[in-house]
Amino acid sequence: MANESEPAKPLDLPAAVKEAAIAALVALGLFMLLIGIRTDQGPTGALVFTTRFGALAAIVAAVFVATLIRATLLRGAGISVARLLPASVSTAASALTGYAAAAFLVFALIVPIVFYGNRYLLDLAILIATYTMLGFGLNIVVGLAGLLDLGYVAFYAVGAYSYALIAHYLGLSFWICLPLAGILAAFAGLLLGFPVLRLRGDYLAIVTLGFGEIIRLILLNWQNFTGGPNGVSAIPRPSFFGLPFNPSEHGFAATFGLAYSPTHRVVFLYYLILALALLTNWVTLRLRRLPIGRAWEALREDEVACRALGVNTTTTKLTAFAMGAMFGGFAGAFFATRQGFISPESFTFAESALVLAIVVLGGMGSQLGVAIAATVMLGGFELFREFDQYRMLVFGGAMVAIVIYRPRGLVATRTPSVSLRDHKDIPAAIVRDARTETAA
Amino acid sequence: MSAPILTVEHLTMRFGGLTAVNDLSFLVYAREITALIGPNGAGKTTLFNCITGFYKPTVGRLTLAHPDGASFLLERIAEFRVAREARVARTFQNVRLFAGMTLLENLLVAQHNALMVASGYTLLGLFGSRAYARAQAGAIDKARYWLDRVGLIDRADDPAGALPYGAQRRLEIARAMCTDPVLLCLDEPAAGLNNRESAELNAFLRAIRDEHGISILLIEHDMGVVMEISDHIIVLDYGLKIADGSPREVRSDPKVIAAYLGVPDEEVAQVEAEVGL
Repeated sequence: MANESEPAKPLDLPAAVKEAAIAALVALGLFMLLIGIRTDQGPTGALVFTTRFGALAAIVAAVFVATLIRATLLRGAGISVARLLPASVSTAASALTGYAAAAFLVFALIVPIVFYGNRYLLDLAILIATYTMLGFGLNIVVGLAGLLDLGYVAFYAVGAYSYALIAHYLGLSFWICLPLAGILAAFAGLLLGFPVLRLRGDYLAIVTLGFGEIIRLILLNWQNFTGGPNGVSAIPRPSFFGLPFNPSEHGFAATFGLAYSPTHRVVFLYYLILALALLTNWVTLRLRRLPIGRAWEALREDEVACRALGVNTTTTKLTAFAMGAMFGGFAGAFFATRQGFISPESFTFAESALVLAIVVLGGMGSQLGVAIAATVMLGGFELFREFDQYRMLVFGGAMVAIVIYRPRGLVATRTPSVSLRDHKDIPAAIVRDARTETAA
Repeated sequence: MSAPILTVEHLTMRFGGLTAVNDLSFLVYAREITALIGPNGAGKTTLFNCITGFYKPTVGRLTLAHPDGASFLLERIAEFRVAREARVARTFQNVRLFAGMTLLENLLVAQHNALMVASGYTLLGLFGSRAYARAQAGAIDKARYWLDRVGLIDRADDPAGALPYGAQRRLEIARAMCTDPVLLCLDEPAAGLNNRESAELNAFLRAIRDEHGISILLIEHDMGVVMEISDHIIVLDYGLKIADGSPREVRSDPKVIAAYLGVPDEEVAQVEAEVGL
C-alpha cells in the first residue's frame, strides 16, 4: 500500500549504502563496550575478561541491513512507516475508543475472578492499577493544564507518609486517613504551586524535579519523625469496613462463612485501587466538562489570552496542582497500606519519570491511553523479566520507536468537552502540550 | 458628544531608558468608535497593554466609568480583574486563540467567570446540578449568537486552529464579546483581511456599537477602515499625542501628515519644534 500523495523516488543505491554504513559505524561505537566486551567474576574472585566479537559483528550487521532495507525498499516504494502506521492506527483507534474503553473496564473488573489462583498476576494487576491512578492524577496537571511536572512522586510520598504517620502516631483507621492523605497531598500541591506560578515548560520541569527531591530528602533526614532511611513499618492493613483480613473469628472470612485465604486481602486491595482509579477517572472526565477544566485546557493553549478573558490564572493553576496532587496522595495512602512498610527509597525520581512516561506514552489528556500505557509498560517490564539486563534495552528501543512513530502518544486526539452539532475529535497536531510550551 | 467612558490622564510608560508612552492624556467617549493610529513604534500597543492591565504604567491614571455609574482605576487592578470586573475586553495583534479547542469551547472559556459561579465553584457542577446545566445552556446560546454574528456557526465544532486567518480574527472578536464588555479594545482587527472581509468587519463593528451600545477602541493601520468607521481619532508618534479629533480634522492636520509622510528637509526643524522633540 503505497502512499499516493508522495511520488516514488528513484532508487539511489550508493546513498542508501552510505547511510547504512554510517548507521553501522554508530552501532559499532555504541555496542563495542556494551556487547563486545564482558567481564565475569572468575573462580578466584578476580575478573575474567572475555570478548564477544561474534555477537558484536552480528548486531552491527543487523543494523546495517535494517538501515539498508529502510533506505531502499520502504523509501524507494514511497512507503513511509511513519505515515502509514499512525494513519491506520489512529482511524482505527478513534472508531474503537468507546468499545476499547468498555472492554478494558470489563476486563479490569474480572481480573481477580479469572486469575484468582495466581498471586503473582494479581500483584501485577494491583501495581498496574496504582500506576494508572497516578497517571490519571498527573494527567490533570500535565495533560490538561499543560504544566510539566517532574516531581509528581512527591505527592505520592506525602500521601503514603501521611497515612503511615497518622496511623502510627494517632492510630486512626485507613478509611479516615485516606481523605486526610489526599488533603495533605493537595496542600503539598499548593505549596509547590505558589513558587512556580510564573514558570513554564523547561523551567517549571526543573523546579518540580527539585521539589520531588526535597520531599524525599526531608523524609530521609527527619529521623525522629519519619524514621529516616529505616522508613515506617507495621502500617495497619486495610479492613473490609471494619472486618480485618485474618483467620480470627471476627475476620472477613469467618464473618462471611468462608475458609480463610490470604488471597481475600489481595483481591480486596485490587478492587480498592480499581475503585480509586475509576473515581479519579470519573472526576477528571467530569471536571473537563466544567468551567474549571476548560480553563485548565485554555491555560495550556494560551495563558495570556486566558488573562485577557478574565480567567484568574493563579487560582486555575493552583487548583490543577492541588487536584493532581490529591489523587497522587490517595494512591500513596493505598501504596502504604498495601506494602505495610514504606521508606524514602520508594519515592525516587525514577517513579516520577515512570508516571510521566505513562502519561506521555498514553497521549496527554487521554484517559484510555494512560490506562493502556500503564498496562503495556508495567506488563512489558514483567514480560521481559527473563531477558535480564536486555530488558532496559528493549524498553529503551520501544520508547525511541514511540517517540518517532507516535510522538503524541497512543491516543493522540483530543475530544472536545462540548459540541453544538456533530462531535468530532481534534487531531493532536493542533493541540498544544506541555512540551511545546518553550517553543512559543 | 456623550460622556467619556475612559479617561486617560498623564499616562507615561517607561521600559528602562525607553519611554514608550509619554505624558499622554485623552478621552474615549461612550458608544463611539475611537481609533488609535500612528507609525510603527508610536506606542499604540503599549498603551493598549496599559489600558487592559497587562502593563502597569510608570505614571498616570486610567479611569473607566461604567454606564451604571461604577468607576475603576485600571492602573491599580490586575489584568484578569480588568476583564472580569471593569469589563474591558481585548484582542491581540497576533491572534491568540485556544487553537486546540473548538470554536464553541473558545467562547465558553470567555464566559468562565459566570459559569464558575453557576457551577458553585465546581462543587455543584461536579454532582450535576440542574442550575449549572441551565447556565451552560445559556452560555451555549450566547456563544451560538456570536458565532452566528461572525458567520462561523457552521464551524462551531471545528478546532479554532484550523480556521483561516480572517476567520480567526473574527472569532477573537466574538470571544471578546462573550465576556460582556463595556469597552472593546481591538489591536489591528483588519490586519491581513482582504477588501471584502474588511468591509464586513466595518459593518460588524458598527453593529456592535449601535445595537449593543459598546464603546470600541481600536488600533489600525488600514486608513480606509479608520477613516470610514471612526467617530474619533487619536494620533500618536514617539509616545506623544500629536492629534486628536474627528476623521476630517485629523486627515488635514499637518503634524499627522508630517508623521506619516515626512516633510521637506527645510521644514524638519520647524515640525520637530511643534511636535515637541
